[in-house]
Formats: sequence, structure tokens, C-alpha cells
Amino acid sequence: MENTSRSTRECSGKEGCDHVELAKRIINGNIRAASRLIRDLEDDVLQAKETLKHIYPHTGRAQVIGITGSPGAGKSTITDELVSAFREKENKVAVLAVDPSSPFSGGAILGDRIRMQRHASDPDVFIRSLATRGALGGLSNAVGSAIHILDAMGKDRILVETVGVGQQEVDVINHAHTVIVVLVPGMGDDIQAIKAGIMEVADIFVINKAHRDGTRRLQKELLSLLDLKGECPGEWKPPVILVDDVLNKDTFNENIATLCRTIEDHHQHLVRTRLLEKKLEKKAVVEILGVLRSSILGPIVKELQATGEFDDMVSRVMKRQNDPYTLVEEVKGNFLRNGKG
Amino acid sequence: MERKIRIMVAKPGLDGHDRGARILARCFRDAGFEVIYTGCHQTPEQIASAAIQEDVDLVGLSCLSGAHKYLFPKVVELLKEQGAEDIAVIGGGIIPEQDFDLLYKAGVKEVFTPGRSLESIVDWIRENISVQ
Ligand SMILES: Nc1nc2c(ncn2[C@@H]2O[C@H](COP(=O)(O)OP(=O)(O)OP(=O)(O)O)[C@@H](O)[C@H]2O)c(=O)[nH]1
Ligand SMILES: [Mg+2]
Repeated sequence: MENTSRSTRECSGKEGCDHVELAKRIINGNIRAASRLIRDLEDDVLQAKETLKHIYPHTGRAQVIGITGSPGAGKSTITDELVSAFREKENKVAVLAVDPSSPFSGGAILGDRIRMQRHASDPDVFIRSLATRGALGGLSNAVGSAIHILDAMGKDRILVETVGVGQQEVDVINHAHTVIVVLVPGMGDDIQAIKAGIMEVADIFVINKAHRDGTRRLQKELLSLLDLKGECPGEWKPPVILVDDVLNKDTFNENIATLCRTIEDHHQHLVRTRLLEKKLEKKAVVEILGVLRSSILGPIVKELQATGEFDDMVSRVMKRQNDPYTLVEEVKGNFLRNGKG
Repeated sequence: MERKIRIMVAKPGLDGHDRGARILARCFRDAGFEVIYTGCHQTPEQIASAAIQEDVDLVGLSCLSGAHKYLFPKVVELLKEQGAEDIAVIGGGIIPEQDFDLLYKAGVKEVFTPGRSLESIVDWIRENISVQ
């Protein structure tokens, strides 16, 4: 295997290195180069963005599947079995599994991988754990770039597991072509959560651990909530798929096979109705806005904080010596050409 | 720019007692590190390739079964084979002192036995591990 241990990190950390060469290595499937670039993007290494520019033209091929749902619902367990199912079709697969960072220490325990370790030494499966690092949408800020990297590496399917979500953490919709929401019976507040937000983003519902009491009721409630969906021509009605206890190996695998087929159906639907194009357009918009924010707003805020101007602004606003609007206009004048315009 | 240290905690071999490994993982999290925990019964191959996919700076191996003499050096060797010899490997568990030398010679960076406090492990990491 090619030795890239030093050069890769040196390349993404410094100026004047060969981004084209690094991008090429990643496109050729070099795992170490790819994982290091993802790391650099998580750490916000400026030079890493340079490499991304050369990656980008090679993206847009992979299918991205989001898997979300409440904590402990079984997202990782289902993801693991989906990986197996896709491997049977000889698809190349990647998983990005997000877990929360501790707000106190900034550290994190990333435990999703435990359920997927049987794929660890399969060279056509790439699994990467990411911490949220303060991002609020249930993902990591590096997810978008990581998807591009895995896509360029030639992965056919990229599975994105979000943190165990409450109601607001639905950013996965901006990245995935198909979103799977995993629910379990007997959690009581599930339907509330669904009403509040997840309902909107689900393309497919999974009721996991469907051997449990309460499955019927949850299914009925879901179906009645979904009742009005799919009435308009061309509208997708999210199917509800029951997944049996993982310990009932045969039915569990059968259920996952059904899930796979449904993912396929949904994709066909997106293509047929041209919804896929709309999704891709939205994705591009979100991506551009994100980069605008991080490359323009980010540095300005950093600079203001470094010079102490930011604190000054805060105290002026607090004392009502200035209003935020005037202050920001000044900032605009200082930082942006045509700032007043 | 802030670089975050990433650590993989893994249990190679046959023993299924991972209480210690879990405690260690929490302790690392509270020290501000990102910890990937992979669970019990891991083969050296699984550990090495997971460490590379996760781009960790350090692999912490915990072994109570007595097979450390084979398992720890094997992980070091596999990492090296895959061009990842810069990922440091440390070991812990029930390890007799007479095995230390063999492990250090094989490229294990440090060996922690049950007497070492968790703080001293964290301190060792802060002193010896940085993002390359
Ligand atoms: N009995 C039973 N247990 C299951 C099933 N699916 C998952 N579990 C268990 O439920 C627990 C959580 O499963 P995970 O797959 O880790 O759930 P998750 O949604 O990924 O959890 P987070 O990522 O922590 O939010 C584990 O202990 C699993 O073994 C199932 O079908 N039946
Ligand atoms: Mg999980």
C-alpha cells in the first residue's frame, strides 16, 4: 500500500503543496489520504479547502442516505445491516456517523462504530465517526465536505447517521437524497416529536424493535398522520416499514431487504418526478450559503474579536451608545468593497 | 486553529470485560479528547483499519486475557504496513512487568498497568501526543 502518512498531513497543513496530487490520491481510493483530509476539514485547516476544489468536479455520483431518529432507536444497528445489504450488491459503501460533543469538555465519545465493526476490515467500506463540535443541526459542520470526499473516492452509497435527535436537528435533509426516520414503540413522546419536525423530513419511516408492545399503535398513529400525504399526483407517501428484533436474524434481514428496496423506490421516484433536481438545487444553495458564512462572515467576526472591536461593539450596544445596525454598517464599510452599496 | 486529539479505545482478544475501557473512554471525553470506542473482541486487523479510517492520533489497547504479547505488537505492525506508523499505540490491562521490554521494543509507546491513575494517563497523552 502507498505510504502517505507524512505527505498528506503536510500537504493539507501548509501552503504551496500539491493539492492536485492529493486530490488524485483520494479519487484513486486512498483511505488514509481521505480520512486525513476529512480530519483537516473538521479542524478547519484552511489549506484543506484548497484540496476540496480539486475534489469537487469528481462528486455528484453517490447516493446519500440519511438515518435519523431518537437516541437509542437503533440507527446504528440498521445502518450496519444496510451496509451488509449494499455490500451484497457489490456497492462500495461509506458511513458517516455523528455523535454529540460534550458541551462541557468539548470531547466526545463516538460509539456508533461499535455496531458496525464487522465491516472494519472490508476495504470497500469506509466508516468515519464525527463529533458535532457545537453544530446544532444534528450533524457535524464537516459532513458536507466529507460526503464530497467519499463521493469522489467512488463510494456508491453514503449513509449518514445523525445524532439521536429531538425535534430541531434535521439538517440531514440538506445532505441526503433519502431520509430514513427510525422510531421505536413504547417511547410515548415519539409522535409528538414527529409532529414537531421529523415528520417533514422523513421519506421512509422505520419502526424498529417491532416485536415490542405498542408497535401496532405507533404504526396506526403514524399512518393517520400520513393520511393526507401522497394524495396529490406525484407526491411521495412515506412508507412505514416494520423491522423486527435484531436477534430474530432471518426476519430482521428480510425487513432490511425491504428497506433497501424502498430506498431504491424512493430514488426512482425522485428521478421520475424531477424532485432529485430540486433537491440538488437546494443542496447547492445551502452549500453556497454555508461557505459564504464561513469564508466571509467567519473571518470578519474573528478579526473583530481579535482586535477587541467586538467587545467594544457589545458594550456600546448595551449602554445604548450605538445601535447594532449602525455598527454593522461601519463594519461593512471597513471590510467589504462597495460596503455601503 | 484548534486541533482536537482523536483516540481509539479498543479491546483486542477474547475477554469481554470492557468496564475499564468504558471508564477510560469517558475520562478521555472529559479531558476534551474525541474517543472512538469499538467494543470487545476486536482483531488487530479490525483495529488497525478502523484507526486509519478514523484518523486517530492514538490507539489505546486494553487487554486482560494475557494475549497482549501477540496482540499489541500485531496492531503496531499492521499500522506500519499501511503507512500509518505515526499513529501511536499504547496498552493497558493486566501486563506483567517482564513483558514491558518486549512491548516497547515492538513499538508500543507506553504501557499502563492498573496502578496508574486515570489522570496520569491523560497527562501522558497531553505530553506525548499531538496532531501530526
Ligand atoms: N432487542 C433489540 N435491541 C435492539 C434492536 N435494535 C437495536 N437494539 C439495541 O438498542 C440499543 C441501541 O441501538 P443503536 O443501534 O446503537 O441505536 P442508535 O439509534 O444508533 O443510538 P444512538 O446513536 O446512541 O442514538 C443497542 O443496545 C442495540 O443492541 C432490536 O431490533 N431489538
Ligand atoms: Mg448510533
